[in-house]
Amino acid sequence: MGIRLGVKARLVICCPEVFTAGWTQQYLRCAVNLLPRHFSTLKEHQKKLMGRGLPKQAPLPGVKRIVAVASGKGGVGKSTTAVNLALAIAANDPKVSVGLLDADIHGPSIPMLMNLSGNPEVTKDNLLRPLVNYGIACMSMGFLIGDSQPVIWRGLMVMSALEKMLKQVSWGPLDYLLVDLPPGTGDVHLSLCQHVPLSGAVIVSTPQDLALIDARRAAEMFRKVGVPVIGMVVNMSGFQCPNCHHQTHIFGESETAKQLGLDVLGEIPLHISIRESSDRGKPIVLLLPGGAEALAYVHTASKVVKCLERMASS
Amino acid sequence: MALNSDGLQKRVRCVLLVLSGKGGVGKSSVSVQLALSFLSLGKKVGLLDADLCGPSIPLMIGAHGKNVQRGPDGWLPVRAGPSASLSLMSVAFLLSNKDDAIVWRGPKKTAMIKQFLSDVQWGDLDILIVDTPPGTSDEHLAVLEGLRGHPVYSAVLVTTPQAVSVGDVRRELTFCHKTGTKVLGIVENMSGFVCPHCVECTNIFSQGGGESLAKECDIRFLGSVPLDPSLALTLDKDRDFSCAATEGPAEAALRHIAEILLKEMNEDANVAQTS
Repeated sequence: MGIRLGVKARLVICCPEVFTAGWTQQYLRCAVNLLPRHFSTLKEHQKKLMGRGLPKQAPLPGVKRIVAVASGKGGVGKSTTAVNLALAIAANDPKVSVGLLDADIHGPSIPMLMNLSGNPEVTKDNLLRPLVNYGIACMSMGFLIGDSQPVIWRGLMVMSALEKMLKQVSWGPLDYLLVDLPPGTGDVHLSLCQHVPLSGAVIVSTPQDLALIDARRAAEMFRKVGVPVIGMVVNMSGFQCPNCHHQTHIFGESETAKQLGLDVLGEIPLHISIRESSDRGKPIVLLLPGGAEALAYVHTASKVVKCLERMASS
Repeated sequence: MALNSDGLQKRVRCVLLVLSGKGGVGKSSVSVQLALSFLSLGKKVGLLDADLCGPSIPLMIGAHGKNVQRGPDGWLPVRAGPSASLSLMSVAFLLSNKDDAIVWRGPKKTAMIKQFLSDVQWGDLDILIVDTPPGTSDEHLAVLEGLRGHPVYSAVLVTTPQAVSVGDVRRELTFCHKTGTKVLGIVENMSGFVCPHCVECTNIFSQGGGESLAKECDIRFLGSVPLDPSLALTLDKDRDFSCAATEGPAEAALRHIAEILLKEMNEDANVAQTS
């Protein structure tokens, strides 16, 4: 005979023939008193079992802060934002050193955006040396595969590749390592959070509700794994016709960004020069440093750095 | 009868994968527009949203918030679209909170997709469209494994014109060749923006990248779809594509593409039946 308590515990009465209504209450009281202690022991035991095989989180030697740039939705400009933020952080303070990890294993964009190609060298410690352009140290799957080669890998191999690109790269001393994440909320995101401590996450989205729903999912994922969400960059926020200067909000102008409860770190307009500079491999922050688009990135980078410093001091 | 390996061949005439490689090029929008176009051409259409982390199809077709019902032989697809004529399945229908994050590793995603293909009572369909996430990973492999044996499955690739997108789509093309997936053609989406004020066309995301890729790889170029802000605004105003004002420039372009695809798939299906 058994009595089910809640959904996790079962009280088994060994001698039902002596069981009376009066005794039921007494036995139940005893059982309930015992349960919290057993539950917490059980929980710890379960955690220990499930922790076996999981990667051990460890900081990267010499890297002070790791910041994820994520979105949830694809094509909102994560990589473009990550690249320009990295350059803007470095431009705002020439003393800092910045690195950029392209964690989009299947669709690596950083090589094109940073005008980098070629196979990385291997150091005498058997670490990959990141490729450097515009003062930013970069690592990407795009350096290890051909231009048209797809990476048809299941999650396990993707996790392994990410681990190598994090831990078997000679990053050197870096103040900031920005990690450009792929769209979605899956293996790469979980593995990143499990392998290294993240100082924060920047969520990139366009203003349309469809993108913001996915942005909310990404923010929720980071909160669940204990990574602070620094805020949101609203990309492609408006388009001004170069001919008549009429403003069109091609991807919407929803207020939902604020309703998500995220700080808006910056709003980057949709401008043809950003795409042109990206295709050319010279990011807008470098190509047109005084322009409105570049200044938007510089302003956003400054906010990101201030938030990180505030988080670190608190 | 569920779409198992027998039902696959008997009940679903053609399967069309919508692939990209690059995120945010409009795969889901194109999938929905193609589905609506095929419906308007009198076909029985199903739409499988295989993008587990970012399931956007229910919102686009006015089925956001609906739940899946269980029938005697499996799940019943949600009916949506004009006159509820579209059979639809998405992981979004299985979530208690529709905006919850799906943070799953590969094996769980693979299992879910296989269930969508084997445990959903799709019924008799002329076309099953499968909207995929960007990349070439677990979801894509699961879809192809689930479709193995179907005589008529093919893919349409969606890209935007800019170099960064074209690069990823080139990889997706190689993926299709390696997996023996027939590519019916390339669609170049967000190709040019016509200012509603002065009618000047600006190629915000460049121009011609998709067409050049199609030529380079000897694949049919299906057509360009212009950047149409009314599509984004439709959803932001709590409407959906099926009730939006018809025949904007994007819809017209996709309808024409749908007609080409239908002709190709019908020819392939007729050849498969006679052989």
